[in-house]
Amino acid sequence: MQEKEIKFLEESFKKYYFDHFDLIHVPERTSEREFGFQKFNSGMTRHISLKNDKELHLLLMQNTPSDVYCSNAYYSFPNLAMNEKDWKEADLIFDIDAKDLHLDCRQNHSVSKCNDCNQVSSLKDHCSKCNSTKIETKSLPCKNCMDGSKKEVIKLSNILIDDLDVEKNNIHVYFSGNEGFHVYVYNSQFQELGSRERSELVDYILFRGAIPETFGMKKLKPNRSSFPDFEEKGWRGRFSKEVFASKSKRSKIISELISNGYSNFQKKLEDLSSIIGSQIDPNVTMDIHRIFRLPGSLNSKSGLSKVFCKDLPKFDPYSESSFLTENTIEITANCPIEFKLKNKKFGPYDNENTAVPTYAAVYMICKNLAIIS
Amino acid sequence: MITLGKDEIAKYPFLADAGQYLKDKGFTLQQFGIDPDLKISLEKAFNRVQVSADGKIYKSDLIDGEASKDYVLEREVFSFLLAIVLLKLTGMTTLIKRFALAEARRAEKYLEKDLANITDESKKELAIRIIDDLFSIQIKKQDDYFIIPISNYLKHSINFHEREWKLINRRVGKGFVFLTPHETVRLIRKELSNYISSKIINAKTPSMILGFEEPVHQLISLSKKFVTYTVTTGEYPPCIKHAIEILEKGENLPHSGRFMLATFLLSRNQSIEQIAPLFKNAPDYNEKVTLYQLNHLAGTLGSGTQYSCPSCEKLKTQNLCFAIPECDNILNPLQFGKKRK
Repeated sequence: MQEKEIKFLEESFKKYYFDHFDLIHVPERTSEREFGFQKFNSGMTRHISLKNDKELHLLLMQNTPSDVYCSNAYYSFPNLAMNEKDWKEADLIFDIDAKDLHLDCRQNHSVSKCNDCNQVSSLKDHCSKCNSTKIETKSLPCKNCMDGSKKEVIKLSNILIDDLDVEKNNIHVYFSGNEGFHVYVYNSQFQELGSRERSELVDYILFRGAIPETFGMKKLKPNRSSFPDFEEKGWRGRFSKEVFASKSKRSKIISELISNGYSNFQKKLEDLSSIIGSQIDPNVTMDIHRIFRLPGSLNSKSGLSKVFCKDLPKFDPYSESSFLTENTIEITANCPIEFKLKNKKFGPYDNENTAVPTYAAVYMICKNLAIIS
Repeated sequence: MITLGKDEIAKYPFLADAGQYLKDKGFTLQQFGIDPDLKISLEKAFNRVQVSADGKIYKSDLIDGEASKDYVLEREVFSFLLAIVLLKLTGMTTLIKRFALAEARRAEKYLEKDLANITDESKKELAIRIIDDLFSIQIKKQDDYFIIPISNYLKHSINFHEREWKLINRRVGKGFVFLTPHETVRLIRKELSNYISSKIINAKTPSMILGFEEPVHQLISLSKKFVTYTVTTGEYPPCIKHAIEILEKGENLPHSGRFMLATFLLSRNQSIEQIAPLFKNAPDYNEKVTLYQLNHLAGTLGSGTQYSCPSCEKLKTQNLCFAIPECDNILNPLQFGKKRK
């Protein structure tokens, strides 16, 4: 990104932070958290400790960050080096990202941008102009992507509530500001778990690592009565609903499963993972020292805010998370994909000059698909 | 502290205060080395250690955890306490580890029986209390199962590598894991054996006792056969090969993959200068950042902690594992190609 674009983004971000102090708050138990931020085209500054909203607002005004983060962990000394912080516990966090769902719509709204010659072309693993393999994929997610991500959040919530005994009001869902959702779980029995234990929870939620025996299938002489049934708790119950579909079909399907054999059953379980498992990013949940995007802050991949979703099914991220101004700005856009923000359609633009509201200009510049004219 | 009956001390002798027990019974260690009537306990103790060194469980004189004569119960406890004395006098950690594991497995049998006891409620209660007191695991009976909070279960189950112990392969509901009595005690085997071995390691080493020399020397020569040698083929495991291929193609290797590759190569004693060029083809390559991060991983910058290569289990979760038969159930990529001789 060039200086002109950085200056424009910094001004737009600063104005947002100045006008919307009401949207940006430090989380509870502030003094036990580690904060961090990034500036445009620059590295990460972390190990910061803050006391209250006032200190956070001052940090935002003084630094004009591109991204702001806060730990899900609680420390005795959040501002010291990692091994001196004295880790106490961490909220359970989940990241669900549309790009990990491999939806069919994705190729319709993704482009490849060459890092060597800046050529924007349809999705490829090398540049159509200079053949370089240094390609970055840029995606402008659509409604289908968001609906797909919401489904994963709902699957996750059900597992959390039914299996892991998390109270519904302790699950907070946020739009990430770009392509998915961030889910926080507070006050659960899992607060003090380390990374290895959390990775077991991850596999559970992803429905990964299941063995046929768990679902009644044995290598030798499988017994029909050990197959799961509809009213069972946890994955056995969910397996029944997905695989047998109805009580009348159960018996016939069990016979099929047995006759198909053990290794086919194993394969079936692996295939089920993407259907009944919730597609969370394993690395985020396993990381107990992560600094995670701060609610209310802007995402530099889009210029949209990370906002709380009160009513997830009705939530429309592209109208409810865009808070930048309507002021018109001239840009040269090379954005071959149409997109919608604040209920207004933009693009496609074929390397052309155009005047658009600041929020749309920021969106394209953040995606690296436009420059200031 | 749990109060134990006579037969319970015989079943769970590691719960007894060794010195106090001998004193209460009116014996000194020295007597066991010279008194012909007491020597049988020393022989039993020797046998108890020897059997455990072979990976077997000591066959006790108890029947279903009980004995018809009091002296049989006493002898059971003596042989355990004397086994510890023998182990301390040999000073061989491998023997202590093997003994602790065998004793844990022995106690496991009794715990399992006590948990499943439906006629004597007090036996079940005691087993539940032992598990709670020693390992802070609160188990509750629910129908045919024992239930344990998921978070508690995970802290113990992550030490197992068999897939049946993964949470996904357990019955889970409303925050609890459902276990049979057998699974409940199996879950704490490692902790139980750690508990026993730490009790032994922390016990005072007595000076040599007359009559103990012979069994001690025999045990020392026995422990020598457990020294192993390993050879390394030097070949990279498939996960590392895959990561290198991705980078060579100029494709994006996720942060977790770069972490794995760098920590693996650092552990294989490659220098930062040797490793850094591997990342040159990455779409977002930046020499300064790469060197900074490698130095951090090696512990030459920052906190000084040298990061180790993640386990196969973790790599599986991160989609970085591409296991082949040659992996042969290793637990960490660094073990790939290492053969015991």
